[in-house]
Amino acid sequence: MDRRQFVSGAALGAVALATPSLLRAQGAPIKIGEINSYTSQPAFLKPYRQGWELALEQVNAGGGVLGRKVETLFRDDAGKPEDSVRLAGELINAEKVDLLSGGFLSNVGLAIADYALQNKRLYVASEPLSDAIVWAKGNRYTFRLRPSTYMQAAMLVEEAAKLPAKKWATVAPNYEYGQSAVKWFKELLKKAKPDVEFVAEQFPALGRIDAGATVQALEAAKPDAIFNVTFAADLSNFVRQGNTRGLFEGRTVVSMLTGEPEYLDPLGAETPVGWIVTGYPHADIQTPDHVKFRDAYKAKYNDYPRLGSVVGFDTMNAIAAGIAKAGTTDNEKLIDALKGLKFTSAFGPVEFRASDHQATLGAYVGKTAVKDGKGVMVDWRYADGAKYLPSDAEVKALRPAG
Amino acid sequence: MIDLIFAQTLNGLASASSLFLVACGLSIIFGVTRIVNFAHGSFYMLGAYLAFTLVSRFGPADALGFWGGVLLAAVIVAALGALVEIVILRRIYQAPELFQLLATFGLVLMVQDIALGIWGPEDKLGPRAPGFKSFVVLMGSRFPSYELFLIVVGPIMLGLLWFLFQKTRWGTLVRAATQDREMVGALGVNQRLLFTSVFAFGAGLAALGGALQLPREAVNLHMDLSMISEAFVVVVVGGLGSVTGAYLAAVLIGIIHAFGILIFPKITLVLVFLVMAVVLVIKPYGLMGKRPVGSAHAHGPVEPLLLPASHNVKLIGLAALAVLLLAPFVVADHWLLTLTELSIFALFAASLHFMMGPGGMASFGHAAYFGLGAYGAALAVKWLGMPMVPALAFAPFLAGIAGVIFGWFCVRLSGVYLAMLTLAFAQIAWATAFQWVDVTGGDNGILGVWPAAWAAPKLVYYYLALAVCVVAILALRIIVFAPFGYALRAGRDSPLRSEAIGLPVMRIQWIAFIIAAVAAGIAGALFAFFKGSVFPTYMAIPRSVDGLLMVLLGGVQTVSGPIVGAFAFMGLQEQLMKATMYWRFVMGASIVLLVILFPRGLVGTALAFAERRREAEPAAPVTATPEPAR
Amino acid sequence: MSPVLEVRNLGKSFGGVRAVDDVSFSVEAGKLLALIGPNGAGKTTCFNMLNGQLPSDRGEVIFDGRKITGLKPREVWRLGVGRTFQITATFASMSVRENVQMALISHAGETWTLFGRAKDRHVAEADALLKQVGMLDQAERACGVLAYGDLKRVELAVAIANKPKLLLMDEPTAGMAPRERIALMALTAEIARERGIAVLFTEHDMDVVFAHSDAILVLDRGKLIAKGRAEEVRNDPAVRAVYLGSGATSGGH
Ligand SMILES: Nc1ncnc2c1ncn2[C@@H]1O[C@H](COP(=O)(O)OP(=O)(O)O)[C@@H](O)[C@H]1O
Ligand SMILES: [Mg+2]
Repeated sequence: MDRRQFVSGAALGAVALATPSLLRAQGAPIKIGEINSYTSQPAFLKPYRQGWELALEQVNAGGGVLGRKVETLFRDDAGKPEDSVRLAGELINAEKVDLLSGGFLSNVGLAIADYALQNKRLYVASEPLSDAIVWAKGNRYTFRLRPSTYMQAAMLVEEAAKLPAKKWATVAPNYEYGQSAVKWFKELLKKAKPDVEFVAEQFPALGRIDAGATVQALEAAKPDAIFNVTFAADLSNFVRQGNTRGLFEGRTVVSMLTGEPEYLDPLGAETPVGWIVTGYPHADIQTPDHVKFRDAYKAKYNDYPRLGSVVGFDTMNAIAAGIAKAGTTDNEKLIDALKGLKFTSAFGPVEFRASDHQATLGAYVGKTAVKDGKGVMVDWRYADGAKYLPSDAEVKALRPAG
Repeated sequence: MIDLIFAQTLNGLASASSLFLVACGLSIIFGVTRIVNFAHGSFYMLGAYLAFTLVSRFGPADALGFWGGVLLAAVIVAALGALVEIVILRRIYQAPELFQLLATFGLVLMVQDIALGIWGPEDKLGPRAPGFKSFVVLMGSRFPSYELFLIVVGPIMLGLLWFLFQKTRWGTLVRAATQDREMVGALGVNQRLLFTSVFAFGAGLAALGGALQLPREAVNLHMDLSMISEAFVVVVVGGLGSVTGAYLAAVLIGIIHAFGILIFPKITLVLVFLVMAVVLVIKPYGLMGKRPVGSAHAHGPVEPLLLPASHNVKLIGLAALAVLLLAPFVVADHWLLTLTELSIFALFAASLHFMMGPGGMASFGHAAYFGLGAYGAALAVKWLGMPMVPALAFAPFLAGIAGVIFGWFCVRLSGVYLAMLTLAFAQIAWATAFQWVDVTGGDNGILGVWPAAWAAPKLVYYYLALAVCVVAILALRIIVFAPFGYALRAGRDSPLRSEAIGLPVMRIQWIAFIIAAVAAGIAGALFAFFKGSVFPTYMAIPRSVDGLLMVLLGGVQTVSGPIVGAFAFMGLQEQLMKATMYWRFVMGASIVLLVILFPRGLVGTALAFAERRREAEPAAPVTATPEPAR
Repeated sequence: MSPVLEVRNLGKSFGGVRAVDDVSFSVEAGKLLALIGPNGAGKTTCFNMLNGQLPSDRGEVIFDGRKITGLKPREVWRLGVGRTFQITATFASMSVRENVQMALISHAGETWTLFGRAKDRHVAEADALLKQVGMLDQAERACGVLAYGDLKRVELAVAIANKPKLLLMDEPTAGMAPRERIALMALTAEIARERGIAVLFTEHDMDVVFAHSDAILVLDRGKLIAKGRAEEVRNDPAVRAVYLGSGATSGGH
């Protein structure tokens, strides 16, 4: 199969060189090269891929885009940014994809974004949270869908500022995401409430938290409230030790991403009650857009959607909407079309901001609770991303690329 | 304050117990079979997953159901271990040293996909243990009773193991084999049974360690690799083959974690490896380890003569080079990317081979120098504003300086201890890049390390990389056949004889270490400009393991093996990753199969085959009489 | 004529065991001195102190008029001391010739040379040495597959490659057939006389010892209990007691 692919790839390459691109475009499918850490982050990316394929199926069932079918080539980077760059090259040069998408890990996202800039190809980053993707390292060729570290921190600060707590402790995995989440949270909270004080900081190594000792160290600082950035297995271990040792009793915890089913579900009956979190209360959102999405998802996979499913679904739809608006897959025109593109996500209307290429997709902010032995979000509201992004003027300073 | 110290001590002791069980199994397996079992973390993970399933089925609330499930999980994994030993490892005990590591790494890959297939991608938070669901109040703070239970489990298991090893015949055999492998054969013991039982026992201990984590940690798909490096640390800090040493080391590591959090909350990762490095420098065989009897090369085939390329081999080499030079005119454009990458990895593998083959210094952390080369280039571009060519020239220096410093410590050790110390240094380098966000950008790396305009086209960069790599590989090859290379091999074959004919073995090894580091640094720098960015993954454990796999797969006893290995391994992986989402399983299975089919590596087996045919023709086959202890 | 090697009050203990206890002797150029004694007498320990492999506790070693106590083996070698080991130590992955070439390369100070084939260096010299020990016909074979007796001969060639003034041979004939033993020691004696090398060797075979030594030292439990010419030693009651008691001799005298 590979050999054949290689030979036909070579032949195609030769033909492509000789044939005007217009001829090729007729009727041929639009190809999207989708790179993600499928094998190293399956908990998030399996639902992501399912959401993506649902959207793809719907788009194609509706006749495709510009009268052409849409096709996706999935590639696994195994969590290595250097491999993602190779895959990007392969997809563009060999498979002749029209644009790139994907990225769960921030470093993978940044690597592809830089590649996109070098090669002048469109890259729609779906999930990576790093602020750098649209700001410090932002570039003309890169757009990002999911609300960033900054946005999620800002949403939580809004709630945190309402609390009476003065003494805060933070716990975050020790890498760029954890460090910037803490940095933004501290900065924004200090601005909102100058009298807060940060009394302890814990930075356990990613994926190998020593939960008992970490909980003890936080407890020793006697904070009024805690800001948590740990997730996945680190979070589960932290929660279990914290519950047993009473760390959360009489303290409010404000926590990034914990309301996402990917992280809430494994906690089950152990879910701590009353944490203020960002997340996705999939069962309770009754907006028409979401109900339509959820029903279709359930019908196709006999499972409820996770946040990853929403991101996959929305990314695919956003790309389709962009191509439809541009009327072409020519990347430069497509980029102009994506700037300020309005499209409908599972969470409602969203726009790719022209100023920094960040989508205004929001997140749900609420409190955790336990219902029938499962973790859920209650008292939630939709925090529209647009409200938590800096103004266009502020963005200018943050984004050297303009 | 005193109560915090008390509490953290208890926390350290609690996390030591599982670590002890896992490391102890690893240590025993290594002691008897000399296998560096990378799959040990996989046994640990399987133990945890199986316990999760069994306990859920038997009913977690019921004491019998819970503990029965935990024990049954350990027994099942022990049986799996026996199966692995019988089906795979038994066939390759005669292969060159460390070759078995390849097979165990194949298992790691397979188990990752099997676990994903069976248990799905979501983390599993297990039930609490019946009778240990709550906490007790100690010096004013709440302490989970299960953690107290674990604290007790450690010494109890230590006692049981002590009894087993001191008071039973099987235990005596295991100890004897650990101290002197040749002796076991002489004792007339059924060696096969001993090896199988030891492997199964070790696997069972790992699984028990995993199963006991159930009430404490969410079971997840990353458990295997995060445990294995920690277990390696414990094993070498404690002393290979020493159960008591493993316990002491596990406690030491647990305590360091617990207090590191208070004193240096940001560098806990580095701290552990720093401690390991310090211990190994002061006590080269670990806290309780003994200098092994007999040399490190105690088993495996006699090292073949290293002959310069024959006429035919030279022709093949030239033909291969010609193919690489002409490839751009034949194959499609994007294949240049793959070929560039393969050329760079060939140099990386050749540099590792240089110290591992002729030098006899296996490195488990060679990616450090590759990564430092890459970071050298990136930092030169980012902080010094250097253009490509000077940055390329500067980068290997950083790797070389690391080689000077790390190598100085490493050459004082040998065998697996040396390998582990290289791993420790690599982890320190990796953790620095990963966590020192201000300078290195952390895991987000350093972007925008693109080549100069003239070298930017794929074709030009391909030729540039190819030229540099070919020259560097040839240089390494020339050195291997030059007096220095001979002196290096002499030091590997017999340090005693070398010193007795005036060769300063350590200094020779040190220089070789530095040369290998510089060569890897060149590969890393080329890679950085090729990818346009650098990330901590460049020096993470998987990259080091890739290097090992390439060298071993090609054949560590040959000079061209690593190059063939690099092309075979990376080529295979790339194609598999494209072909299926279950590439890890297929890749792992292929590795295991290759290991069984080519027990001396691809090139090594081919050469041995050619040799046999040549010798079969003239009458008298040479009778091999390997001396008793080389 | 001053002796090539002079040992004064040499001593070494392992824990409580006095492996070598106050041993003094000397060897002259062109002479063969045999060091005999039952197993565990301290012969190897003594050798190891002479060439710097083991630090001594007491006493001094004077080589060629120069104190060499405390030097490393490779420094002692550079001064002109060759040695063979009780358990042969050769480079298994190299051919017989390459083993000798390695010693010649080291002797010529070419160890750090990074280019040019090692194989092509000192070929004639290596072959001459191999011819002398009767291994030339096996020059291309790997040391890893040689018979034990042949390895001993390779070791001898390696040990004399640096034109030493003193040769230390620890049980050079162990593991060989009786006839081979006599032949090897005859060869050694010939080389020693021809080149004026002083030889100190240990040996269990009394035939070999009596046939080829100029003088004999007898060591027992670390102590020198007799020294002198063959007949003197043979008739020494203390020696007889040790040997009859331990039964370690194979000479049948
Ligand atoms: N490295 C060592 N550690 C402890 N004891 C040793 C060591 N080497 C030798 N010995 C002891 O010293 C004594 C002399 O040994 P050795 O010199 O090997 O005797 P020989 O060569 O005469 O047979 C023996 O009792 C031996 O057990
Ligand atoms: Mg001896």
